Amino acid sequence: MGKIKDTGLTQDEHLIFECGSRGRKGYSLPRWDVEKVHANTVIPPQLLRDGVEGFPELSEVDVVRHFTRLSQWNYGIDSGFYPLGSCTMKYNPKVNEEVATMQAFSNLHPYTPEGVAQHALKVMYDLQGFLAEITGMDAVSLQPAAGAHGELTGIMMIKACLQDRGEKRKKILVPDSAHGTNCSTSTIASYQMVGLRSNERGVISPEQVATLMDEEVAGIMVTNPNTLGLFEEHLAEIVEIVHRKGGFVYCDGANLNALLGIIKLGDMGVDVVHINLHKTFSTPHGGGGPGAGPVAVKEALAPYLPIPVIEKKGDRYSLNSDRPQSIGKVRAFYGNFGVALRAYAYILTMGAGGLKRATEMAVLNANYLMKQLKDHYYLPFDRPCMHECVFSDRFQEKYHVSTLDIAKRLIDYGFHPPTIYFPLVVRGALMMEPTETESKESLDQFINAMIQIAREAEENPDLLRKAPQRVKVRRLDEVQAARKPKLRWTAPRPE
Amino acid sequence: MGGDSRYIPHTDEDCQAMLKTIGLNRVEDLFEFIPQQFRLKDPLRLPGPLSEPDLLRSFQTFKSPKMSGFLGAGAYHHFIPSVVRALVSRSEFYTAYTPYQPEISQGTLQAIFEYQTLICQLTGMEVSNASMYDGASSLAEAVLMAERVSRRRKVLLSEAIHPEYRRVIQTYLDPKLHEVATIPYERERGRTDGKAFLNLLDQDVSAVVLQSPNFFGVIEDLQAFSDRVHEAGGLMITAFSEAIAYGLLNPPGTLGADIVAGEGQSLGIPVSYGGPYLGVFATLERHVRAMPGRLVGETVDLEGRRGFVLTLATREQHIRRERATSNICTNEGLCALMATVFLSCLGKEGLREMALMNLSKAEYAKTRVSAIRHCRVAFSAPTFNEFVVEIEGDPGKTLTAMREEQILGGLALNRFDPHLRHHLLVTFTEMVTKEEIDHWAEALDRALT
Repeated sequence: MGKIKDTGLTQDEHLIFECGSRGRKGYSLPRWDVEKVHANTVIPPQLLRDGVEGFPELSEVDVVRHFTRLSQWNYGIDSGFYPLGSCTMKYNPKVNEEVATMQAFSNLHPYTPEGVAQHALKVMYDLQGFLAEITGMDAVSLQPAAGAHGELTGIMMIKACLQDRGEKRKKILVPDSAHGTNCSTSTIASYQMVGLRSNERGVISPEQVATLMDEEVAGIMVTNPNTLGLFEEHLAEIVEIVHRKGGFVYCDGANLNALLGIIKLGDMGVDVVHINLHKTFSTPHGGGGPGAGPVAVKEALAPYLPIPVIEKKGDRYSLNSDRPQSIGKVRAFYGNFGVALRAYAYILTMGAGGLKRATEMAVLNANYLMKQLKDHYYLPFDRPCMHECVFSDRFQEKYHVSTLDIAKRLIDYGFHPPTIYFPLVVRGALMMEPTETESKESLDQFINAMIQIAREAEENPDLLRKAPQRVKVRRLDEVQAARKPKLRWTAPRPE
Repeated sequence: MGGDSRYIPHTDEDCQAMLKTIGLNRVEDLFEFIPQQFRLKDPLRLPGPLSEPDLLRSFQTFKSPKMSGFLGAGAYHHFIPSVVRALVSRSEFYTAYTPYQPEISQGTLQAIFEYQTLICQLTGMEVSNASMYDGASSLAEAVLMAERVSRRRKVLLSEAIHPEYRRVIQTYLDPKLHEVATIPYERERGRTDGKAFLNLLDQDVSAVVLQSPNFFGVIEDLQAFSDRVHEAGGLMITAFSEAIAYGLLNPPGTLGADIVAGEGQSLGIPVSYGGPYLGVFATLERHVRAMPGRLVGETVDLEGRRGFVLTLATREQHIRRERATSNICTNEGLCALMATVFLSCLGKEGLREMALMNLSKAEYAKTRVSAIRHCRVAFSAPTFNEFVVEIEGDPGKTLTAMREEQILGGLALNRFDPHLRHHLLVTFTEMVTKEEIDHWAEALDRALT
């Protein structure tokens, strides 16, 4: 017997490949009611394998304990405050999970004949309508699987439309405060990205757009409110400049939670916007997906939407793929339907008034946080914010304490850290998005922790540099991980 | 109105106190800086609000009729152990974000590391990423990656790849910058035509792409293609839509694949009307830096304990921006977790047994088909759990007649390929009983006579 470490209940759990025992079973299959075929009688033996080498052999109990323990090393919204800027970590309602797992939906095959899938088509059609109303756009596709996928879909539609007009435009304008996905999306769509500099107020200046905008430029990608949590105050003017030169305005809708029922992006002249259902509309992030990134467009781009589109004639819904101008498909089938269902349930639960209230309280929370912390942390843009605010470590630099240290120390206080080192326009950024589902008490606790950390930075900076300490693992060696990548488990060599 | 949402905790006193701290009087003042002309005067036109019981009642009207289904074609009804749903429903998993803070995300990170390992074992490859959106978009990214690796811009696609996957590849590749050529399939055997492939192969080919089992359920001879494409200096990409097949079939990694991209829905994920699914993406170690998507790697903490982190992020959009290998950010993390739990339960023996049961059901169904007049198995090459039936008659009418007997009899292929105007793709997983297969065969027989 090896020596047992006193690591507490959950602190020592092996990799699944190191658990279990040969011959142990964790599965159960339907009874054999047809003759068991010898595989090599119907498939040439050189195409067959014996079994998957290395696969675990576990009982059901082994599996349940393993993943239950793993879950206990995680921090989710249900664990506590999660002010991760740009990610809108709001509460994920439980009833939405119930709806998404209803058999009528979860067991529905994507090639089910339309006549038998009317209920699913109705949900998708109605949700498209809700999203069009919320954004002030004309048509919506639910097909993109995530925000970046929605961006790509949107930019491809712009490109297709310009091509139909016989125009060969090569560039896209993207501000320096943009999400990295905007930049990589423009490259994948074969556009050359031209950077825009945010002005001293943290927003895009129309003068700069006017200088760069010409017949070579397909359009601009803006985020409103932008990643500094600031309303792009000149957006309407920028839209006009871009439109005058025949370009399109793409809006990254990642921050839509700041706008529900307050303004419609479509009214400001935006041509296409993607919506992150896993941010604004409360569907869970799942530790990195699945999300959903529907795109909403104005009439001029509607013919280019991915196929199929859902149509309604009388009481009957159908899928139409006969759309010659469509960009085609960006994934198989119709989108992350299970995610769309959750968003649909959320919108029905909230109604118009509830959604507006969500935005109001999200903006109230962010401004409250900003006000309470701005004496303790440097605030590069000191004016009212929308749903999030961005600080930096400038006040703490003199104690040789960084944004990373502040973030890690927050973990010792039981909070998930904010987004750090983004947006790039603020050096050492700490980007905080509280969302509307946090109460004043949880904000006050967080504020107290942040103030205490600012004091610790001054008095005992080592506490920050050595943080976090009250966790399963302490800071990890990321340099080693990248230098000698170990990306899978391999069986130890027999001795 | 709407102020009583149970998801929003603010009382009137909270609001007043917070506004006072900020120095404002009313909630509306928070939006002062938005130009008046754009401020909405009227509420959004949306239904609701609905209470929880009313919401649930509204969904109870959505019933799906009970039918036995023989549909596959990229989405498969497999048994999902209760354990899968129970474990992924732990909200420590599903309410977490991408694991940017490893000290409080070891659960997600270790599970992804285990997922990456399971995918490598299943596909015979050396590196798997943390997931892509689905099989089709994963395959499109594989084609883009092959171009980065080979610095060539011509891709050969088998016509026997799922038509929706091919359509997605077309969308991702700008025809002005990339050349796409299609390799036909052999009309008798249903396999990709090796001779036609050799005619198309030249020194400009970045990759050849085959799916196995292919769209017709036919198992391809991958080795023959990979040998030749490697000689020409190109890459071998293999796709799949039915991952369970690799419980029995030799994995692409041992047959010369450089990139494997496919659909992982079969591994514990409900069919859910087409999504969310799981894009599997795996390659060889030497190509890892050209790979799209997130990767989890093993390392140690300050005290030398094993731990896991996101790594090689310099390929990714948030670091590399316009020079990233892909724009993917949010992927399908929770679906990857479902697959991890699913494969952990099935294990080595269970996956093989499940695969064998699929094969056996399909082979049984073939014997039933051969006994029916007016129809036959269309292709002669070996298949896994689905195959194409050629019928003497109109597939639309045949399927409608079968639906009247509560059977979704298969997928008519004329929607994808005019050559296949009398053809049905039919699928038999472990979830259909012998009785149901018999019933299906009898209904098909009746519909054709």
